[in-house]
Amino acid sequence: MAKTQPKAPQGLSQDGLVQIYKDMLVARLLDERMWTLNRIGKAPFVISCQGQEASQVGWAAALRPDDVVVPYYRDMGVAIQRGMTIRELMLAFFGKQGDPNSNGRQMPGHFGCRRLNMVSGSSVVIVQMLHAVGVAYAMKMRKQDRVAAVAFGEGATAEGDFHEALNWASIYRLPVLFVCENNGYAISVPQKKEMAVENVSERARAYDMPGVTVDGNDVLAVYEAAVEAVERGRRGDGPTLLELKTYRVVPHSSDDDDRVYRSREEVEAWKQRDPIKQYQLTLIEMGLWDAQRDQAVRAEIQAEIEAAVEEADRAPFPAAEDALRFVYADEEGR
Amino acid sequence: MPVRNMIDAIRDAIDVAMAADDRVLILGEDVGVRGGVFQATKGLIEKYGESRVIDSPLAESSIAGVAIGMALEGLRPIAEMQFADFILPAVNQIISEAAKMRYRSYNDYSVPMVIRAPFGGGVHGGLYHSQSNETIFMHCPGLKMVVPSTPYDAKGLLLSAIADPDPVVFYEHKRLYRLIKEEVPDGHYTVPIGQAKVARPGRDLTIISYGLMVHFALEAAAALAKDGVEAEVVDLRTLLPLDQDTVLTSVRKTKRAMVVYEANRTLGPGAEVSALIAEHALFDLDAPVLRVAGLDIPAMPYNQVQEEFFLPSPDKIAKAAEALMAS
Ligand SMILES: Cc1ncc(C[n+]2csc(CCOP(=O)(O)OP(=O)(O)O)c2C)c(N)n1
Ligand SMILES: [Mg+2]
Repeated sequence: MAKTQPKAPQGLSQDGLVQIYKDMLVARLLDERMWTLNRIGKAPFVISCQGQEASQVGWAAALRPDDVVVPYYRDMGVAIQRGMTIRELMLAFFGKQGDPNSNGRQMPGHFGCRRLNMVSGSSVVIVQMLHAVGVAYAMKMRKQDRVAAVAFGEGATAEGDFHEALNWASIYRLPVLFVCENNGYAISVPQKKEMAVENVSERARAYDMPGVTVDGNDVLAVYEAAVEAVERGRRGDGPTLLELKTYRVVPHSSDDDDRVYRSREEVEAWKQRDPIKQYQLTLIEMGLWDAQRDQAVRAEIQAEIEAAVEEADRAPFPAAEDALRFVYADEEGR
Repeated sequence: MPVRNMIDAIRDAIDVAMAADDRVLILGEDVGVRGGVFQATKGLIEKYGESRVIDSPLAESSIAGVAIGMALEGLRPIAEMQFADFILPAVNQIISEAAKMRYRSYNDYSVPMVIRAPFGGGVHGGLYHSQSNETIFMHCPGLKMVVPSTPYDAKGLLLSAIADPDPVVFYEHKRLYRLIKEEVPDGHYTVPIGQAKVARPGRDLTIISYGLMVHFALEAAAALAKDGVEAEVVDLRTLLPLDQDTVLTSVRKTKRAMVVYEANRTLGPGAEVSALIAEHALFDLDAPVLRVAGLDIPAMPYNQVQEEFFLPSPDKIAKAAEALMAS
């Protein structure tokens, strides 16, 4: 069967298509390096985006810089797409002074930076959905054409705040993009024990909003679905629940052992559907990429990562007393 | 000068703030056409419209969580919890999120919001309309916790809370809403957060309190005065941050202290005040610090006999004060 030539989504330039690939690649290579650093004892914790890069970079690329994103702990691809640098992410990974997310206060994976219109998140799952709703309420009240986009895992949709957020957003038809990165597991618990429905997006119907499920490993499909939802929000036609079916190909975190709850065959099968390899082929078929460029870009990224590792490793931790700062606005320390 | 009760003073504060700043908005259950179950927001929806006076869905976590988002995007939300008893579903949002946003983002993001809630007993509200659970928030740096006891303070403190750059939990004793009236100026004025007040000067002992219990303490002090005992009554007004200086100055002067509060006795606000006095003024004391507090039972019963049994009263306070003077 003759393969049809892949088509670029409208609104994406050739540079834009390539940039998406580079962002996904940075996320992967950085994440891989973080695991090796963790395993040699350089940093206590990793929580990974591996396998979900298409989902993350895909929805983030559908937004403008002046939109507000509210990511969750797995969304390093989102942080990178928004403009957080390798150096900054490595400082955060080491918990060092100068980490723009929290200056080393939070565990790695807790992204947030006003410069990037990316709201700071906690470790508590799902709470951020309500923040996005409030942000979107303010945008709508001021008659702006901006949107708020918020991401979360499928396991967390069992929490009450998920339903409260959809309910609010639908009552006031707020410009929110709700992104569920469905990787099939909440740590060890498989989806069939998390919910009785097949698709998280089915829940949108109860809140009278569009619910869409797409292949989360196909970055252009994710991008197109996200663009449609974002435009719906900008037009004043309300929120969308977008579900991205994907898979994390590594354990939940550096403290997890996924061999106790899923087979190696299952993991291998998903690795065959690797979102980065798939998109690389697409770009090659479009005539926008080749093996030589790929090698060169990987080498560039690796070099930047190694420079960042060296700097972050040497960088000082924040002073102990720095922990007393910024409890309140009106005092320095206590 | 106009005379107002506490509920009118609170409504007036919200009105003044909303008129001056279109970023200020209110959200909560029944706050719109019903004007709030205690009428704290009566008439505001007519004046400011539905987009700034939001009848929220019946979901407390969302009231707090959506308000946090509004604040992150530059609005100044005032969230109302219908009763403090029902704030618990929102505590995750208040403590995990609002209280920690500035801290965890290293000052990049902040949450200027107010969470108002009627609290306290003595109104035949039973287990779930009488609680004094302010201790929860007093334990959380990143929040401020304010409890006014008079109409004048309620308006001035609420205007301070609305202007405050950090999240403020604002507890209003529901029995005080219509209990007392006093002169409350029109327009804008503030009472600073974090400053206690000497509600009655005295030389023989210090009674430290807040909310309704301040008035019970004042009644007790009046009774004690007839027997020649002059009690100084300190109204904390803010539980977090606690005004240590006012407390310690008074205790060092009188050399005897008791703390009166309606929350459960164990680990209630009085435990912290007692520890503070022990740490800084132990050798100024002529007697151990006393606590007169709500009972250590799960909550305040509905029937009148047990409700009275639960609560401190002017009589119980006066008796405890006599014991303190004798020791
Ligand atoms: C409220 C809350 N409960 C429990 C946890 C511990 N926890 C962290 S991640 C996680 C699983 C989340 O699964 P899912 O929502 O599917 O997201 P994923 O990690 O798979 O991307 C759990 C139980 C938490 N962080 N917050
Ligand atoms: Mg999951």
